[in-house]
Amino acid sequence: MPKNIDEYLIEKGLFITAISSVVIILLIIVFIFWEGYPAILNIGFFDFLFGMEWSPSNDLYGIFPMIIGSLAITGLSLLMAIPLGIFCAIFMAEIAPKQMRKILRPTIQTLSGIPSVVYGFFGLIVLVPFMRVQFGGTGFSMFTASIILTVMILPIIVSVSEDAIKSVPSEYKEASMALGATHWQTIKNVLFPAAIPGIITSIILGMGRAIGETLAIIMVAGNVVQIPSSIFDPVRALTSNIAIEMGYATGIHYNALFATGIVLIFMILVLLVIANYFHYKKKVTVGGGYL
Amino acid sequence: MHRIISPKIAQKVMKLIFWISGIITILILLVIIGYVILKGMPVLNLEFIFGDPIDSGREGGIFPMIISSAYVTLIALLVATPLSMGAAIYLSEYASEGKLVAAIRFGAETLSSIPSIIFGLFGLAFFVIYLDMGWSVLSGGLTLALMALPTILATSEVSIESINKSYSEGSLALGATKWQTINRVVLPAALPGITTGIILGMGRAIAEAAAILYTVGAALAIPISIFDPARPLPLHLYILATEGISLENAYGTAAVLVIIIIIITVVTNTLVDRYSKKMMGR
Amino acid sequence: MEYRIEVKDLNVYFDELHILKNVSLKIHKNMVTALIGPSGCGKSTFIRTLNRMNDLIDTFKMDGDVLLDGKDIYDPKVDVVELRKRVGMVFQKPNPFPKSIFDNVAYGLKVHGITDNEVITEKVEESLKSAALWDEVKNILDKSAMGLSGGQQQRLCIARTIAVEPEVILMDEPCSALDPISTTKIEDLIHKLKKDYTIIIVTHNMQQATRVSKHTAFFLHGEIIENGPTDKIFIEPCDKRTEDYITGRFG
Ligand SMILES: Nc1ncnc2c1ncn2[C@@H]1O[C@H](COP(=O)(O)OP(=O)(O)OP(=O)(O)O)[C@@H](O)[C@H]1O
Ligand SMILES: [Mg+2]
Repeated sequence: MPKNIDEYLIEKGLFITAISSVVIILLIIVFIFWEGYPAILNIGFFDFLFGMEWSPSNDLYGIFPMIIGSLAITGLSLLMAIPLGIFCAIFMAEIAPKQMRKILRPTIQTLSGIPSVVYGFFGLIVLVPFMRVQFGGTGFSMFTASIILTVMILPIIVSVSEDAIKSVPSEYKEASMALGATHWQTIKNVLFPAAIPGIITSIILGMGRAIGETLAIIMVAGNVVQIPSSIFDPVRALTSNIAIEMGYATGIHYNALFATGIVLIFMILVLLVIANYFHYKKKVTVGGGYL
Repeated sequence: MHRIISPKIAQKVMKLIFWISGIITILILLVIIGYVILKGMPVLNLEFIFGDPIDSGREGGIFPMIISSAYVTLIALLVATPLSMGAAIYLSEYASEGKLVAAIRFGAETLSSIPSIIFGLFGLAFFVIYLDMGWSVLSGGLTLALMALPTILATSEVSIESINKSYSEGSLALGATKWQTINRVVLPAALPGITTGIILGMGRAIAEAAAILYTVGAALAIPISIFDPARPLPLHLYILATEGISLENAYGTAAVLVIIIIIITVVTNTLVDRYSKKMMGR
Repeated sequence: MEYRIEVKDLNVYFDELHILKNVSLKIHKNMVTALIGPSGCGKSTFIRTLNRMNDLIDTFKMDGDVLLDGKDIYDPKVDVVELRKRVGMVFQKPNPFPKSIFDNVAYGLKVHGITDNEVITEKVEESLKSAALWDEVKNILDKSAMGLSGGQQQRLCIARTIAVEPEVILMDEPCSALDPISTTKIEDLIHKLKKDYTIIIVTHNMQQATRVSKHTAFFLHGEIIENGPTDKIFIEPCDKRTEDYITGRFG
């Protein structure tokens, strides 16, 4: 029966497209490891990961200051983006009048779609001079980079958290309000706790984006390889390191940049596993029980 | 046993805080978009849009960059759309939940969270060097395809899944095969959602610079063949800004990018709106 | 005053949709009043007007008077939170919070500013006893309420409601998601509660209305067609439409 053979072939064809993303991801990991592995062998795992000195001309390839740089920029931006993002999400899901919601949603979408180089450019032209005047120094700093990153991860935190809050069954809200709780009490005691898995997911996604951001950070962070002693010090992130030096790297230097990529992939995978854990528990059922 | 702050006052204070957070968010956007567009406006004219850059972008226009952006984005979508739609159909209509599907989902998820600079590294190692495509529109486009894939996949899968099961059951009951049902009933109904996914993927490809930094080259000429190097808009902006070539043209380029993103947002929103209205039977 | 709630010429709209039309009804103190009528006739909308739950819906508009103990509850000066404390509500689908059994009942108390743990513990026990649930849950108070059966969940919701000591309890089809045994338990509970509370119950089940209520109002297309003592409505209704409905000829 040709009809069945058609169906069979179509299903197999679709299956191949379906596994393409797995194949691609494996291919990416294999190639990055392939190119990065020689560097780790040559430099030594600990010297590479915990070395304080990055100086390709002297054959020194320690990325520890950049690991700290990436984490510090990310941490500081999360510190600003989490409260603002969650409050804005609650505002959109619960407080804002209908008309205002209609403006806020596309606003957030546009914010998330704007190219990172545009953010970086804005930071370079507006924020860096401002910081220079306000706080002295060059204006290129970990703090400046964190502010730009805050704006960049805000949309993710807002939209995913808003979704999480909205998907809390309205029955909970009604039950709480019917008991005479104020709207804020309802948000604090019922909606927020029920939305926490989604909110954590949103934070992890934002964190992933912050760790992975490259060009915007290069444009405002100053890119000095050092462990910052204050938030106004310039820093270099792992991603920046790759983008800045790939243009002229050869030999072991080239491999060391891929090895930096391995570290990044590893960080992202850890975040993904955590996110999946929370995502899994996201579903809440209401009512019914077993009758 | 009395509380210091009464619930009513807490309610008022918190409401104020929520309003402030919402307004701050809007303000941030307005300030950034407004600034970029206002500063870019004086530069934006036909000569800028359709002119060639002179003196590596110090003067002249950005026409080759617009073509470059369109070119790499087109290649990215041509590759990513069939792959991700096939995957979406398979996941929502054929696959039964199991280890394999979990692996596919995790793969797509990982793909969508991998930093773009990693895609850049991969593109460099795989397309540019290993497959010997060189710094070219093709290398850049293929790298962007990998980035757009999970976006299109996720949106398409959701919209295919949301097509009422009874639709397809009705068709199957009439003796249609599974593929006939998908092809004639499910896909047409899911089309607006799939289109939205493709446009979102397009937005991701157009906005990307880090992934093409070391795959597409930086040529100032209009790319003709897929093996020509090119310089898409975000990359051009990056070079103009960081090398201090021309602030004015950087503003102009940034404004063009922002306007493109705004258009994309408006179009997807209109599509989604119309789609959901149709589903609600209006 | 003999009546606890008086509704006069109530009209409710959602956007342009006119849902309740000139509804007037008096609810007796410490008595069970049943609201019956076909699906979509506005019963839920009506009782949600009595504790201003409809305020949560953007498109809601109303005119007319709703008096609780002689005072208009839609007066701008009225504190909605205080009102909802006095007029409690039990929903059609059991909707306990995804918290422990204890926390579910304690929730309303905490929200109203009671912080003394002893008082709360006492009150929780008392409420669970009144809701005839204590014996079944006294050893699992810290377990999630989501693990209870549907009937237990609904009694928990009732316990949660009476913990804040309302004067009126609104019940919107409280048994429609329950099996017969759980239904019987809830009905017994209603009998027990009516001494202390004014209860308004929406039901699709005619037998239930006759079993639990003293007074019945029949809704149709947003209007009250007939209301009066339950016995009279079910034995000799004045209106042909009421008779058709209770004898199952439509709806
Ligand atoms: N939020 C709303 N917006 C618009 N219309 C609504 C809304 N809520 C209810 N309605 C409409 O109001 C009418 C009355 O609804 P209501 O829920 O009060 O009926 P009901 O008598 O409780 O029905 P049921 O027995 O099915 O629960 C229905 O036609 C319904 O479609
Ligand atoms: Mg109802």
